[in-house]
Amino acid sequence: MKPGHGEVLVAEGDPEVREEEELLIEEFRRQLDEGMWAAVPTTRRGSGRREALMVKQYAEIPVGADRVIFFPRASGG
Amino acid sequence: MLPALLSLALIAVALSLPLVLRQLGRWRKAREARRAARSGPLHVPVYDPGRERRAEQRARELLRSCVNEEEWSMYRDLGFIRVRGTHMRRGRDSPAGPPYAYLVYPHKPIVAYLPATGRLLSEYCVEFPDMSGDGDRARLPASDDVLAKWMALTSDESRVIRRANMHLVGRQLDPARVRRDLWRLSEWERCRQSEIGAGHS
Repeated sequence: MKPGHGEVLVAEGDPEVREEEELLIEEFRRQLDEGMWAAVPTTRRGSGRREALMVKQYAEIPVGADRVIFFPRASGG
Repeated sequence: MLPALLSLALIAVALSLPLVLRQLGRWRKAREARRAARSGPLHVPVYDPGRERRAEQRARELLRSCVNEEEWSMYRDLGFIRVRGTHMRRGRDSPAGPPYAYLVYPHKPIVAYLPATGRLLSEYCVEFPDMSGDGDRARLPASDDVLAKWMALTSDESRVIRRANMHLVGRQLDPARVRRDLWRLSEWERCRQSEIGAGHS
């Protein structure tokens, strides 16, 4: 999510393919280095409630996640 | 006498010709530069009136794809989303409902309240500023702002609440309006339950 633009696709690829995964990891790190937060929309087991999972490392992304959403970190308004 | 004058005139013209040609060249160059400046690309960014509308449309689609059907309908119909607080009963869903909850508005403070009594607790002022550092003070589209708050609250409630500026309700939001929104929410839920009940019978 980019202020003034909304949703912008930063990278896409298949994590099963090594070259594409390297690209995804590189872009993931770049986004976090720029100060963004990364979250994966998911469904809580049991209740079935929708929620987000904040991830700080590429390895924390759940297997099978179809996207990671980067958004500016929160600050007091 | 006349031939002498003509000769002098011809000599004068011949001598001044390089000066005249040089001045004509300068004048032509200046004219071309002025013309290029008039017809060249503008450095002022062109305002696209549809950009924000398209961004908001994409943001709504993204929000819809992330939250559940009830939350999306709530946002579509009422303009805000209720997020349950999990701080005191993490991992447990009480049948009586959560002890507290938040109302998430676009580009307005998050409001904490007690669902059981409707008591308003506090406002949490939070924003998601541009981190690119290009000096642009643009903000997220409204639905992206709601989604960012929803993701922050449902993933790491403590962190976003710590970062927010907390105030008593009434600093930015009109308490009467928030109470009216809570009433709208209860009416909306009542109608929704009726529709679901009618659908099952």
